[in-house]
Amino acid sequence: MSGEVTVLYFARLREAVGTSEERIVLPESIANAGALLEHLAASDEQKKFAFEGQDIKIAVNQEQATPATPIAPGDEVALFPPVTGG
Amino acid sequence: MPVRIQPEPFDAGAELMALTTGRPDIGASVTFVGQVRELSGGSTLSTMTLEHYPAMAQAELERIEGEARTRFDVQDIEVIHRFGDLSPGDPIVLVIATSASRQPAFDAANFIMDFLKTNAPFWKKEHAADGSYWVDAKSSDDAATQRWDK
Repeated sequence: MSGEVTVLYFARLREAVGTSEERIVLPESIANAGALLEHLAASDEQKKFAFEGQDIKIAVNQEQATPATPIAPGDEVALFPPVTGG
Repeated sequence: MPVRIQPEPFDAGAELMALTTGRPDIGASVTFVGQVRELSGGSTLSTMTLEHYPAMAQAELERIEGEARTRFDVQDIEVIHRFGDLSPGDPIVLVIATSASRQPAFDAANFIMDFLKTNAPFWKKEHAADGSYWVDAKSSDDAATQRWDK
């Protein structure tokens, strides 16, 4: 395992973060999606600002997830605002 | 294909015809078409961009469709959702549900639209004369989905 996760951003959040996709080396201490979010915010001012006060939805490997959802190297973690399709 | 995500327009009549022709077991068909509305809030829309998360949108719509088939006594379900740049009047989403009698078809189409609205990863960005804005999610949509919990 490479020890990396792919993080995807969509819509308003993608614009605020300034990227649609990135590879993140997963520190061993990070076991779930919520901890990954905190890690991302702590290591990047722009993300910290982008996440602040926002209702951020999480998907892990294309399935709805919560901050408690476990993550592992190789996973695809998507972060996005509440959906507005239909 | 029961779930299609595409940039192209669709022909609801042709889809309904394809689904029901040669199917004497079908006694009822419900077709829902969602379109781009010109008036959004206070401003007049010129165009709209629909962003989506392709792999998850497909998976999520298939999950919703599968759940509808489990819950309701339907013969067939078809869902088409578009993405990309759309103009007022353009069709965005199509749901067709067919069944032997009307109630399962009505219920399945309603159920699918409620869950699609709150769970399928699509995001609308509206472009008006005074700028471009991401559409905010509505709490009334969450309430519509929650009533199926009962």
